[in-house]
Amino acid sequence: MIVAMPNLTPVLPEIFVLAMVSLILVVDLFLTEKNRFITYALAQLTLLGAAWITVSTHTSVPSHTFSDMFVDDAMSDVLKLMSYIAVSVVLVYSRSYLSLRGMFRGEFFALALFALLGMMVMISANHFLVLYMGLELMSLSLYAMVALNRDSALATEAAIKYFVLGALASGLLLYGMSMLYGATGSLNLSQVATMIQHTTGNHVVLSFGLVFIVAGLAFKLGVVPFHMWIPDVYQGAPTAVTLFVGAAPKIAAFAFVMRLLVEGLHGLVHDWQGMLIIMALLSMAIGNVTAIAQSNIKRMLAYSTISHMGFLLLGILSGTLDGYSASMFYVLAYVLMSMGGFGMVMLLSRQGFEAETLDDFKGLNQRSPWYAFVMLLLMFSMAGVPPTVGFYAKLSVLQAALQAGFLWVVVAAVLFSVIGAFYYLRIVKLMYFDAPLDKAPLKPQGDMAMLMSSNGIAVLALGILPQPLMALCAYAIQRSLL
Amino acid sequence: MNLETMIFYFFAAILLFAAARVVTARNPVHSALFLVLAFFTAAALWVTLEAEFLAITLVLVYVGAVMVLFLFVVMMLDINYDLLREGFWSNFPLALTVAVLMAAEMTLVLAGRNFWANGNGGAPNVHGPGYSNIKELGRQIYTEYVYPFEIASIILLVAIVAAIALTLRHRKDTKYQDPAAQIAVRRNDRLRIIPVQPDNKLRPQAADATPSAEQQS
Repeated sequence: MIVAMPNLTPVLPEIFVLAMVSLILVVDLFLTEKNRFITYALAQLTLLGAAWITVSTHTSVPSHTFSDMFVDDAMSDVLKLMSYIAVSVVLVYSRSYLSLRGMFRGEFFALALFALLGMMVMISANHFLVLYMGLELMSLSLYAMVALNRDSALATEAAIKYFVLGALASGLLLYGMSMLYGATGSLNLSQVATMIQHTTGNHVVLSFGLVFIVAGLAFKLGVVPFHMWIPDVYQGAPTAVTLFVGAAPKIAAFAFVMRLLVEGLHGLVHDWQGMLIIMALLSMAIGNVTAIAQSNIKRMLAYSTISHMGFLLLGILSGTLDGYSASMFYVLAYVLMSMGGFGMVMLLSRQGFEAETLDDFKGLNQRSPWYAFVMLLLMFSMAGVPPTVGFYAKLSVLQAALQAGFLWVVVAAVLFSVIGAFYYLRIVKLMYFDAPLDKAPLKPQGDMAMLMSSNGIAVLALGILPQPLMALCAYAIQRSLL
Repeated sequence: MNLETMIFYFFAAILLFAAARVVTARNPVHSALFLVLAFFTAAALWVTLEAEFLAITLVLVYVGAVMVLFLFVVMMLDINYDLLREGFWSNFPLALTVAVLMAAEMTLVLAGRNFWANGNGGAPNVHGPGYSNIKELGRQIYTEYVYPFEIASIILLVAIVAAIALTLRHRKDTKYQDPAAQIAVRRNDRLRIIPVQPDNKLRPQAADATPSAEQQS
């Protein structure tokens, strides 16, 4: 029997990342504590190389390989590029934080890159099995990263919660997938989509499976009522890991929802629309209202994540191409804001001191006017105040939902985001109108200071000129879904 | 009802019973043993589906290796079972309500005629006598499913890295052997040769002093 060799060109970024992680694992063994920065440099080099490969192998026509299990289209290329950028920025932000806490170890970078590989697999999956494998690859790496600081009881508890609930979600997802397999006889997303279109009559088995799939997805996205793990994990994990969990995996989760619900199960759009509306509304309500009561900044940002994920669902549930590209824009904007927010928490921390409470932000303006301004931009953006990118992201998502005819959902979303503005603006008030509790000057390292500043400026610049990124999202979605 | 269906129901009944006992047994060792039974009957069901290789693997890997390890862990850990059960009855009404609701919903969906109307795939193909389950599986894994297969291997690598990262602890007070250092040792490291002159005798007083000291103590 002769088996055709699969076309490896579309998979090159994945192969490169895998080869580099293996190299890093081996090289790291021979490094002394002093030379650990080589591991860090290699990790950054990996991201750079993967980005170069992804850009240079980009084609506007989707290409499939590995018996149609892998798809390389415009959406996957854009999302992968954004994931590289997110991981790279996260690594820069967390460098000094990690080395001050004895966590600047080769395993951190290896696990981060393994998680990235899982995200890439998910982003280009065209098969239920591959989606699931990518999800597990990412999740397992993340569980280990959360527990990496194992002398901290809080981190261990967070890791156990994350692991148990994540395993439960994977179980739900697998059960739903097996139902769909039973109903359609295929695991391939394109074949499932055509099978669903040709099925006439009732969809009972399909919607039965869909319920489990949506529940599993909701767990991974962290939307109400499957959100309980988010605050605990965000609070318990070391801030560097929280930053990691809050950034690139959200891009992968968006890709996961797009591949599964939009590409695979578009025939059931009326079934999942209703479920997503309920989850989106609940997320925005509970996320925004509960965040007000938090005094821990990481917990507050966790609840804000939940509400942002609700907004993200608004675009997807509109079921139109405009809605999908609005959601994509939203997730990219959110990752930018979230990196800035958690990066700021790490900026305020120093050796033996974790800036975890809201009070640590008091009087930041007197300590460092520039970083107070950056934080102000980030908070305004999260609240959706113009002219920041958060405003534009919310606007485009709401527009898409409005065009799809969900007027009352849009009204509720606007109301909840007004409620949410309170706790973002409270931080601004603490920074500018309160006296500082500790007067230690901020001394970020050069690369972090530069990146943090450009992060803040990007939030403003993309708000004033959203067109390039918006056009990129529209291009990615239209090229991939037609 | 033919023989095959009867066999299916026989094993399915044992499987359900064992699975129920896994969660209800008071003693975790019993739970683990019931899980072994559940795996075993599941393997038997797979044999009736002509998936012999998977059935054998299930018995070898899960029953033979994983569950034995699991039993070791359960027996080695000193778990206070009363503490585990604490709060069971206070949460029971809520849990029961949720469980009954879910069971009712699932019954409504599954018992409806629509559920079975289409899409339940029908019976699996019946293969001829020359059919080899292992061969077919190998062909599929290494050709069509090679991509997920590779990802599975990466997941195992992550598991190794994570397990080592979480458990390796460099303790400074542990005593260990360094075979390389043992082999590389040279005579001069261990042995000190003191040149002794033949006429250099020990003094007699010093030789007598030691036994007398022992008698005193």
